[in-house]
Amino acid sequence: MDRVFIYIATILTIIISIPFIRVLKGPTLFDRLLGVGAIGSKTIVIICLIGFVIGRIDMFIDIALTYAILNFIGAIAMAKYFEFERKEDE
Amino acid sequence: MSEFHHVAAIIIVAAGAFFMLIGSIGLLRLPDFYSRTHATSKSDTLGIILVLGGLAFYEGFNINSAKLLIAIIFVGLANPVGVHALARAAFKQGLKPWFKKDNSKNGESNKDNK
Repeated sequence: MDRVFIYIATILTIIISIPFIRVLKGPTLFDRLLGVGAIGSKTIVIICLIGFVIGRIDMFIDIALTYAILNFIGAIAMAKYFEFERKEDE
Repeated sequence: MSEFHHVAAIIIVAAGAFFMLIGSIGLLRLPDFYSRTHATSKSDTLGIILVLGGLAFYEGFNINSAKLLIAIIFVGLANPVGVHALARAAFKQGLKPWFKKDNSKNGESNKDNK
């Protein structure tokens, strides 16, 4: 049963490389931020799967919740910052 | 009964990983920032909900599945809000949406969207 979770975590680790291509070659800045958000949302799932494999899901789910909160706050802060950057130029 | 329980949990978790793969391919292949938000926001949120829901279904009914349900509720609220804030910031900053090239002779407003 844990072997299946290891396989799915490996597949998700390979899937993470696809938004990383978008982070590297994104035309605008918002594409890069969107790729960073997608990588963060996949990392939450990988942390939960690793917690099930190791057997300490009671500890790893707290780490996953903290990572979700940090990802959300980072996205909101970046959005607010780059929203107001244009008005200073005009 | 326990075997069915494990197989159903594996199927739900694999479906979540499949939706995450589809969202990542949409993030790579679609032509515009707004269509990329359309691809990655909804399918990633559904993927997280399916994977964590499958893990909670596998865990049973105890405090860990309750914490997994809290994580599902938080991510289901926070992930679309974050991506919507990014799209709103991009629209306020003046990023133009993508149009098909064939419509350029119908309206004059499409000429400056290249």
